[in-house]
Amino acid sequence: MTAALFSVVQAGAHVTVQDGGRQGAMRFGVPASGPMDRRALALANLALGNDPAAAGIEVSLGGLVLDCQAGAVTLAVAGGGFIVEAGGRRGGSWQVLTLRAGERLAVRPGPWGSWCCIAFAGRLDVPRWMGSAATHGPSGLGGGRLGTGGRLRVAEPRVQAGSDGAIPCPVWARARSVVHLVPGPQERFFSPATLATLSEGVFRLTDAYDRMGVRLRGPALWPERALAIPSEAIVRGSVQVSGEGVATVLLADHQTTGGYPKIATMLDDDTDGFAQLRPHDTVRFRLIPAAEALRLARLRARLWRDYCARSAARSAGVFSGGGQAT
Amino acid sequence: MTGAPQFRPVADHALLVEFGTEIGAEVHAAVLRLDRALTAQPCPGLREVIPGMVNLLVGFDPVATDHPAVTAHLRALLARPDAGAAQGRRHEVPVCYDPALAPDLPAVARQTGLSQEAVIAAHLAGRFEVFMYGFAPGYAYLAGLPEALRLDRKPAPVRGVAAGSVLIAGAQCLVSTLTMPTGWWVIGRSPAVILDPAPGAARPFLFDVGDAVVFRRIDAADYAAMAKAREGASAEVGQGA
Repeated sequence: MTAALFSVVQAGAHVTVQDGGRQGAMRFGVPASGPMDRRALALANLALGNDPAAAGIEVSLGGLVLDCQAGAVTLAVAGGGFIVEAGGRRGGSWQVLTLRAGERLAVRPGPWGSWCCIAFAGRLDVPRWMGSAATHGPSGLGGGRLGTGGRLRVAEPRVQAGSDGAIPCPVWARARSVVHLVPGPQERFFSPATLATLSEGVFRLTDAYDRMGVRLRGPALWPERALAIPSEAIVRGSVQVSGEGVATVLLADHQTTGGYPKIATMLDDDTDGFAQLRPHDTVRFRLIPAAEALRLARLRARLWRDYCARSAARSAGVFSGGGQAT
Repeated sequence: MTGAPQFRPVADHALLVEFGTEIGAEVHAAVLRLDRALTAQPCPGLREVIPGMVNLLVGFDPVATDHPAVTAHLRALLARPDAGAAQGRRHEVPVCYDPALAPDLPAVARQTGLSQEAVIAAHLAGRFEVFMYGFAPGYAYLAGLPEALRLDRKPAPVRGVAAGSVLIAGAQCLVSTLTMPTGWWVIGRSPAVILDPAPGAARPFLFDVGDAVVFRRIDAADYAAMAKAREGASAEVGQGA
């Protein structure tokens, strides 16, 4: 079979094609996009022996239902605790399964998590822009949004029957309700008491949550100084504060610049676990200096590299048909 | 002269280099010089450089480098007065002021006390500079709108303003690349390809920060022909994908 074909029976809002992201174009107004939980897509890809940054589908709380119309392909679902029904079998995120012509895949929100990713043993045939299939939600550039009635094509599909089954959900891939922030770059606009409020208060995510960012609810973070600053770059993880003292955390599809002061910026590696929280979930912030954030970033990068190496070794065993114990 | 810049850490992976707190030509020139110098001589671990109005964000790989090392590299570049002195390119952007494509021209004329033709002449006389990109892909903020045309933005944004609209507000002009809501005044439409959505586009963005821009008037027939040529090009791309 040359391709596996799917029809989109139902796709909720913000269900998009994503890959490792489109880095380096912020100076042209283009954020990296990529998955809200980058580990979810990487882990799904690793489970199939793919490049961790290969294009897959990110499913929101709106859910996704696909019918396989032709061909067969093995796929992996990782991220959050979604409910996954495939060919009449019911399971959850964190599994590898094979879907064949005539079978249906339904992914719906389950006990936890806001986003989950589907990777395919094959190549998702989608448009690319600037070398990436990551979809920039507001413009639709890249691989694109999935819409009800649409179609998907996986080229060079593989059936890896030996790999079907559960894949581990590492403890660091869970939702993160305590995250690290480095004060600034405009912490000087806020009093020491307000910074203490940020580190001691309990905040909640609100329903104002999409791929661009999420507004928080909690104690007011009143700026002491003039509200607007000359427009400057924003990053994934910027915590900007509006005139009413309301904080918004910018995420994968963030605007690249803005004029609101940023009281703090989230450790990049915490933004994925943070994004897995749901509206109304609580979050606490641990304020740390930049040097400490850097130390944490390096520690986590090392853990991730080690995990990828072990996972690649495991896949090599499975896909060579050796069937070694993992 | 601009004083010594402030270096502010941004989480674990970036540094904000701030040359001042007020928007001005000298401060922005300092931002551009460092942007060019850093592009010409990147430090190890450099990921990207994003110019703002008064500052520059330098993003880096925290595994490969750290805030003090990047700061040291930037200080060394700043100590060399010749670094980043190169000039940007110059662009001539066609714009059609036909009433059908310039819905706010009458309102701008009324508020500035000029005739519509005088508004157009003032816009064409503007010598613009690409100050920064922001808001959305390909949204290049062009500084240098003549004083006579400077207006506050509209009290409320208007939805569905077409891509290619030539917008003005405050001291700035912008040619939009997406159909989006805006509170800026629409004084014309350009068929120029500011953002190329083609998968294989070698250079998806017409401008780089620091480039010079002037506008050239075209009539409705020229606009239609250029817009059609543009549509044809993107249709070919669509078929190829």
